[in-house]
Amino acid sequence: MARIGVFVCHCGSNIAGTVNIAQVMAAAQTMPLVTFVADNKYSCSEIGQTAIREAILKQKLERVVIAACSPQMHEATFRKTVAQAGLNPYLLEIANIREHCSWVHSNDKAAATKKAIELVKMAVAKVARHEALFTKEIGLTKKALVIGGGISGIQAALDMANAGYPVILVEREPTIGGRMAQLDKTFPTLDCSSCILTPKMVEVAQHPNITLLTYAEVKSVRGFVGNFEVEILQRARKVDASKCTSCGICWQKCPEKIPAEFNLGLGPRAAIYTPFPQAVPNIPSIDLAHCRYIKYQEFVARGEEGKKPPQCRICERLCPPQAIDWEQSDQVLVEKVGAIVVATGYQTFDHTRYGEFGAGRYPDVITGIQLERLLSASGPTEGEVVRPSDGTHPKTVVFVSCVGSRDERMGRAYCSNVCCMYMAKQAILLKEHDPEVQSYIFYIDIRAGGKGYEEFIRRAQEEARAIYLRGRISHIYQDGKKLIVRGEDSLLGRPVEIAADLVVLATGIEPSAGAKELAQSLNISYDAHGFMVEAHPKLRPVESRTEGIFLAGTAIAPNDIPGCVAQGSAAAVKALAVLSRPSLVSDPMVAIVDPLRCTGCFACQRACAFNAIDSQVTRDGKTIAVVNESLCKGCGLCVSACRGVAMNLKGFSQQQLLAEVNALWR
Amino acid sequence: MAGRTYAYYPGCALHGTAREYDVSARLVCQTLNVKLQEIKDWSCCGASSAASLSPLLGIALPAHNLKLAAAMELPITTPCAMCSYRLKTAAHELKDEATARQVSEVLGSAVGPEVTVEPLLQVLSEDLSFPIRKPLTGLKVACYYGCLLVRPKSVLQFDDEENPQTMDRLITALGAEAIDWGLKTECCGAGLPLARPDLVHRLAYRIISLAQRLGADCIATACPMCQSNLDIHQKEIEAEHGEKLGLPIFYFTQLLGLALGFTPRELYLHKHLTNPLPLLRAKGLG
Amino acid sequence: MTIPDVIRPPLSRPLLIFIEAHSGQPVSRCNQCGKCTAGCPAAWAMDLTPRQVMRALQLGLDNDVLASSAIWLCLSCQICSVRCPLEIDVAKVMHSLRHRTQEDKTHPGDKNIARFHGVFRGIIHRYGRIYELGLAGLNNMVSRRPWAHLKLFPAMLRKGKLPMRPSRIKATAEVKNIFQKVAALEERFSTPSELTKGDR
Repeated sequence: MARIGVFVCHCGSNIAGTVNIAQVMAAAQTMPLVTFVADNKYSCSEIGQTAIREAILKQKLERVVIAACSPQMHEATFRKTVAQAGLNPYLLEIANIREHCSWVHSNDKAAATKKAIELVKMAVAKVARHEALFTKEIGLTKKALVIGGGISGIQAALDMANAGYPVILVEREPTIGGRMAQLDKTFPTLDCSSCILTPKMVEVAQHPNITLLTYAEVKSVRGFVGNFEVEILQRARKVDASKCTSCGICWQKCPEKIPAEFNLGLGPRAAIYTPFPQAVPNIPSIDLAHCRYIKYQEFVARGEEGKKPPQCRICERLCPPQAIDWEQSDQVLVEKVGAIVVATGYQTFDHTRYGEFGAGRYPDVITGIQLERLLSASGPTEGEVVRPSDGTHPKTVVFVSCVGSRDERMGRAYCSNVCCMYMAKQAILLKEHDPEVQSYIFYIDIRAGGKGYEEFIRRAQEEARAIYLRGRISHIYQDGKKLIVRGEDSLLGRPVEIAADLVVLATGIEPSAGAKELAQSLNISYDAHGFMVEAHPKLRPVESRTEGIFLAGTAIAPNDIPGCVAQGSAAAVKALAVLSRPSLVSDPMVAIVDPLRCTGCFACQRACAFNAIDSQVTRDGKTIAVVNESLCKGCGLCVSACRGVAMNLKGFSQQQLLAEVNALWR
Repeated sequence: MAGRTYAYYPGCALHGTAREYDVSARLVCQTLNVKLQEIKDWSCCGASSAASLSPLLGIALPAHNLKLAAAMELPITTPCAMCSYRLKTAAHELKDEATARQVSEVLGSAVGPEVTVEPLLQVLSEDLSFPIRKPLTGLKVACYYGCLLVRPKSVLQFDDEENPQTMDRLITALGAEAIDWGLKTECCGAGLPLARPDLVHRLAYRIISLAQRLGADCIATACPMCQSNLDIHQKEIEAEHGEKLGLPIFYFTQLLGLALGFTPRELYLHKHLTNPLPLLRAKGLG
Repeated sequence: MTIPDVIRPPLSRPLLIFIEAHSGQPVSRCNQCGKCTAGCPAAWAMDLTPRQVMRALQLGLDNDVLASSAIWLCLSCQICSVRCPLEIDVAKVMHSLRHRTQEDKTHPGDKNIARFHGVFRGIIHRYGRIYELGLAGLNNMVSRRPWAHLKLFPAMLRKGKLPMRPSRIKATAEVKNIFQKVAALEERFSTPSELTKGDR
């Protein structure tokens, strides 16, 4: 029979302050198979671990119970400790007498001590039935996938590629660059956004380790850490990238003009287009929804009567290298990767939901991103800030903060993090563009917590002479050429009305469209708004709860550029820590099928969230379930789903759990 | 709408300051075959005075009228925005069991929340194919809804709180032009002209002057308080601001009546203090 | 209404507790963004803006809130309520405060409006409907401004907008009964323990 050692940890006064350690030790002495009991001031300290190792050797212990903090904290530590003393690391059981006991029962020491004894008793009963478990080595694909080609994804891709690993970067839009490419300048340094972004975009395009797939979307993901299999839909551009010279004749001559998404509708683009001059790759795409020739083809295909629309095909006729390829079709690519970085970014809140701000019907009520495009030298007005309604230069500009942020009526309780700063930046830039501009910034709180941010707000107030008014706007309406903005100066406690030429709504940040669906196919968690959930909000901020899938940027939460870049790099390091391993070690605490009891009903398969149950045919022709140990996460759902008691979880077998329960009343 | 019968609740103002609303409403309803059966011996809904001093009284007074209408087995319609607000709110509050219990204790018998209440504007907007005899071509109208027709949408379920369109569509169907403006649902001072005329003058001035600056020839209303606040006080407001306004304030039923071929006198247009007849003559409608 | 020269927030805030229960509105949640005041058509005329009323409630300045003109100047137009980013029905809070001043017999912050509501209620009580000429005359009497609005009356009388006689209903007894029973019920509900649902 097994010789069990029990080690009771004081954790300073964390446990010993509430639980009577001597009583717990005395009780442990009497428990079945326990041959040795000791206590430790701090079991996790080097001294504590050494004491445990020495006791294992000296007392010839075969099983160990450590009554201490949560296994979340130190199970890994203690497994190594017992392994160093020659024990199988899975012959260890932790009794959590801190989080489950001393911390929550500090007001009743006697009861806490009694509970601690029972927890130890259960652990002893369980560990007596432990079996040695052994990990397995699995191979892995040393290649990464980055989803999203904004600044976060670009940073992650470059860092991994520079470390020598191949990377596939998938971007839904025809170009990488993301939202940052739309910005004019960045706070608090006022660097030109595209000047600092485009070198990185070009580096991505030229990097030998990066495969760039734009106009492409991740459709499905299967597999597990080290061995993911990804389906990517490459949408047809109808332009042969190998022939195109990016001369630009096609989009200059295309007769179809539609509002440009990149400029938020402030200017036109053609049906064949590149979103902006520095786009990477600089290969135009044909927008199938608007191309005249595509419409002609659809008309013919429908076989309708009447006048046929024009065939157009001007781009095809004028293209010098004959790169237009009408035959090009969507393709599905299948790639194997070992790690995934999700950097799907954000979109801005739809301000037309605010009826009191005109619901989008006043042309001179614009959004912050629209103002970025007006300020930008590469924007639709080449950097001239004009009113969309009449092209005049606005002199009185009102900024409205928290549009779609901190607003529970709109289902957005959270702060969007960047608006206070970008409003200050835009006020400074407006003053630089036109010294006669007077900006009024309505705010609730000025959130300027970053490095150099508060100083930047002062700059907006002192140099750019922006007037900050504390209060939310209630109403905007058109009065002739002016927009009447009604707010409160809550510092004076009086209503305020400003007759503005231009109103800028600081629309908040929300996850990109489709983020939830992607998270579902990746099997990672997202919150009520669709932001991806971190494995731990403080200690594992760029990891998802699914191993091998990492997160970066505004897909997690609203963030500014330095934050996104830092997260991109952090996610890259985490992914590299997977890719750089020679092989992966599997967790042996997985489900196992008893082939004699399995009836092949596959209730387990339906219960499994990780596609870890396969079928196999036994020699006598019976089809039964079998666990794919690499996919199994050890969650135990299949165990509870199995009606025939054929499923078991190694390390948490039904016998072990029953022994724990039995120990309670014995 | 056409052919349907409603329990008609005119409300107190329509027997006094807003008689022209009652007269014009009855005329157009008759023409459009909307049958109105006045609720017998209806009583006041309590307006804001009852509700603002006692929440329970604010429900019990309209509930009494809901009870009268329930006996007629007809949906209620009322031209008055305040009355329709109070009646609809009471019906909404009666969905709450505790409130319903209290109210039935007060009224001596239970009142169900199932009586439907539709403001007359809603009833007359259901079908916009009017038999128009005199289109209001060339007339620019600022449709003014005030507060109580639309707010709160969660209870009233009628039209958009910030930019309602029902009256605009009706006015457009008459051949007139409804201007887009931002004070459609701004408050005009409600029932306070007696207690705080200064307040009402200021609010009315904001509304009238914006409509006028944006090119409206007149304002159309669907509420006796809105109409009288904007109409009756214009002379005093003009004196206070040293500015000529003279903007006619119509009930929407009067504009509808004009288009249906009734004369200004039949529609009691001579009852307004801000004389609309010069405008109608100038537009060839008088 | 006067805000004290130095605010010393009291430890207990009975009015806040009463108003939150009576109105069902989470006044404590208000983060003072000021959107209520920004849209309020009457805020300019108030001694405390709607936002400040919420603040004074949060701080326990009970007497100052009850004595403010704001709670009477509120037009119940509900702009504040429908636009509040924290979904607080501010107008309902104002109603509850008015109701409370009635119970406490607090001196109202705007006498004219408080009297007007009283007169209005009195006329319904008497005739079952509003008698506008009577309302105007009586309002002038109780507010001790006998000549107010005098310029308007002749024109309105001439236009037939102010009928000389009240439109009296038959069932005045029924309406009087409603008033009586409501008063009796409210007496019963004014003790906090019986205040079950509050103003609904």
